[in-house]
Amino acid sequence: MTSSIQAHRLRELLAGGAQLVEVLPEAEYREEHLPGAVNIPLKQLDAATARQLDRTRAVVVYCWDGL
Amino acid sequence: MSPRAACRLEALGFAEVYDYITGKADWLARALPTEGAGPRPDRVADLLRKDVATADLDQRIADVRPRVDASPYGFALVTGHGGVLLGRLRRAALDGDPAMTAEEVMEPGPSTIRPDTEPAALARRLNDRELTTAVVTDPDGVLLGIVRLADLDHGKP
Repeated sequence: MTSSIQAHRLRELLAGGAQLVEVLPEAEYREEHLPGAVNIPLKQLDAATARQLDRTRAVVVYCWDGL
Repeated sequence: MSPRAACRLEALGFAEVYDYITGKADWLARALPTEGAGPRPDRVADLLRKDVATADLDQRIADVRPRVDASPYGFALVTGHGGVLLGRLRRAALDGDPAMTAEEVMEPGPSTIRPDTEPAALARRLNDRELTTAVVTDPDGVLLGIVRLADLDHGKP
């Protein structure tokens, strides 16, 4: 079950080495994203694109506002 | 969108997945840094002034008054635990009994804006209400600073 987190927990996770993934379309990511985030748009999220992520580390996903 | 992405990653076998549910909108509303090629929209975060006088709830107004007099603004802001904005002290309220505390004379719950507000929109709001400053807090109510109408009209401080 995924845990929903807020900003303070996000910063703790990032300090601990978590990976950050923006799932918005590429154009929105290219324009502006959170520091260190990689982009895997939701429409392209599958086994192949997820291969760039480290399965041994926590992953935090975000979009604009969760909707 | 992010809840579906988190669910998909779990289905793909990722064991530790989190959803920063309030996302980029929340990050920008906290005036936190970003990366990217732009174009980046104008935001009042770029015009923030942090030189406003602040006071704790239990601070005597006699101690606050000199700092308000020395500041470019005619007021101080009262903050509580963690820097959360609780009230405003106008200069006139500081002329009473010097032993009174900030909590006793403050105006509670001043209006605030978020740092990702568009400057032109804020300028219109301030002009409509004949105000010259806006208080900026993050989504948790933590004071970030103030923005002056003059800066909105004329560029960066």
